[in-house]
Amino acid sequence: MNKVKKEGRFGIHGGQYIPETLMNAVNELTAAYEHYKNDPEFNRELQELFNEYANRPSRLYFAKKMTEDLGGAKIYLKREDLNHTGAHKVNNVLGQALLAKKMGKTRLIAETGAGQHGVATATAAALMGMECVVFMGEEDTKRQALNVYRMRLLGAEVIPVKTGTATLKDAVSEAMREWTNRVSDTHYCLGSVMGPHPFPTIVRDFQAVISKEIKQQILEKEGRLPDVVMACVGGGSNAIGTFYHFIEDKDVQLIGCEAAGRGVDTFETAATIATGKLGIFHGMKSYFCQDEYGQIAPVYSISAGLDYPGIGPEHAHLHDIGRASYVSVTDDEAVNAFEYLSRTEGIIPAIESSHAVAHALKIAPTMDKDKIIVITISGRGDKDCAAIARYRGENIYE
Amino acid sequence: MSNIKNAFAGGKAFIPFITCGDPDIDTTYKVVIEAVNNGADLIELGIPFSDPTAEGPVIQEANIRALSGGITTDKVFDLVRKLRETVTIPLVFMTYANVVFSYGADRFIRTCSEVGIDGLIIPDIPYEEKEEFTPYCDKYDVDLISMIAPTSEDRIAKIAKEAKGFIYVVSSMGVTGTRSSFSNDLSHITEKIREVTDVPCAIGFGISNPEQAEKMASISDGAIVGSAIIKILAQYGKDAPSKVGEFVKSMKDAVRKA
Ligand SMILES: Cc1ncc(COP(=O)(O)O)c(C=O)c1O
Repeated sequence: MNKVKKEGRFGIHGGQYIPETLMNAVNELTAAYEHYKNDPEFNRELQELFNEYANRPSRLYFAKKMTEDLGGAKIYLKREDLNHTGAHKVNNVLGQALLAKKMGKTRLIAETGAGQHGVATATAAALMGMECVVFMGEEDTKRQALNVYRMRLLGAEVIPVKTGTATLKDAVSEAMREWTNRVSDTHYCLGSVMGPHPFPTIVRDFQAVISKEIKQQILEKEGRLPDVVMACVGGGSNAIGTFYHFIEDKDVQLIGCEAAGRGVDTFETAATIATGKLGIFHGMKSYFCQDEYGQIAPVYSISAGLDYPGIGPEHAHLHDIGRASYVSVTDDEAVNAFEYLSRTEGIIPAIESSHAVAHALKIAPTMDKDKIIVITISGRGDKDCAAIARYRGENIYE
Repeated sequence: MSNIKNAFAGGKAFIPFITCGDPDIDTTYKVVIEAVNNGADLIELGIPFSDPTAEGPVIQEANIRALSGGITTDKVFDLVRKLRETVTIPLVFMTYANVVFSYGADRFIRTCSEVGIDGLIIPDIPYEEKEEFTPYCDKYDVDLISMIAPTSEDRIAKIAKEAKGFIYVVSSMGVTGTRSSFSNDLSHITEKIREVTDVPCAIGFGISNPEQAEKMASISDGAIVGSAIIKILAQYGKDAPSKVGEFVKSMKDAVRKA
């Protein structure tokens, strides 16, 4: 067996599978993060940004109508959709942008799928006076045209990526290529718990605020921990943020919801745990959708944010040890849940988050009334309205 | 010790890179034979990968052409078997970690050794992760080639000390693709390498003409050329072999002068 070193590993997953050109840049980032993560001034500034700028803490909302309608477990929604810029992505971005600024970087680059991470990065760059370039698959610039406009409005340059499937994986590849071009003044603000060490750890730590707040809020409201916490999984950042402070609480069930696209038995799917196998890509060892020769699969989901052929290494590990379970949700189920939550609670969830809502619709009715489910609503669905209308055959364009 | 040292035994080496299966495997076979006949000292055979993150547009497109032509890892091994009926110069694979990993590292590297591959260049395996493959490389006597970049600085000595076969010095920041300028620190890097090892080092990334090749070979043990050759393949397709041959000859003549 291979002897693998422990740093940056989650079980067998993770690591730093990147070109030599980037090694000193990630080492520099690791050292800076190790220094600042325990620095009181850094943490004070970040807390202030979270509270004053991003509107934290986000609400833990009791979804009374949904609970009554489903007739089973009590359902709470963790409202990351109410954050400034409309998704959980801002938690990670404010942390990384502040870190980059402390490191003396003047330019942020990012990949984006749905555009939420790109918008958050463009926002932080505007706030902190940094230059910003966002790589976005050309396919996604079409499905998420509104977010492209938002990024440009915020002063960022958006580069449509035409290679490969012209979606999220290609945007990540192109951002990595650009980073090898220019490391001295540039920080790569990666948007999920993926890529080479230290990104999966840094992004997790900045997103862990979600579960930290859920824990406090649910103890205040219910005097006990929830039975289930659940979230959608693309790379897995809102999900790991939702799980993190519950990992040691073995009675809390952790459920990640992957995008099955047109179904896990079709090629048009992005459900990595359900259909992928162990591999090495985008800087990490983890599970990836791929063919028998290791060529990365051209995945598909209606949700641009979940349309990624891999999963973060910490999730891969939580899956291996059985601590979290991962389920898959089809386009159809997610669209139904998108409409359901809008009608039932007056909350339009992002199509990504709708994957988690869809799974809750399946399990809540089967659970006793004294059980508690927390669903993270990772973002708001305004960006998706035009695409969902088209899915339903109504031709509205933004 | 693999066969690789022989590439550098007769003076400065010229090392072409060719993407296997671009546009088809027969053309690759002919291109390799032309390159050998025109003075190539070692050949890098690229096994295409769907998402080559260290590659610029020219080689990315070659990967796409090859994959859509139906190339697979097994077909590349068959190509090497056929090449080895006549070709004796060292051959190395250049591919990505997942291509090796998914085949099974043991099985992949054992097959390399069986068909006559002398080394592996895997840009997404840095020093820190090389133990992913080195146990099998040692077992089957295939060299895992180390890369050193303009940003390597204090990493140069530790990488060079453990290097085998040859050292691939990356000429400049960024991805592969032809360039008009190079990092101006290159001789500093090759000098540092020579302080700790006598494993030969060759410079690659961006070299496209005889002047550049001569200059790079003058401060190292050889020049590696990829995108400039792939451009010939993109332009001439099945008619590329003789054109590549002419190009290799001009480049080999240039490094001889270095
Ligand atoms: C609202 C929303 N939720 C979820 C995701 C998926 O990312 P992750 O799995 O990292 O949370 C995205 C990504 O674009 C998103 O915009």
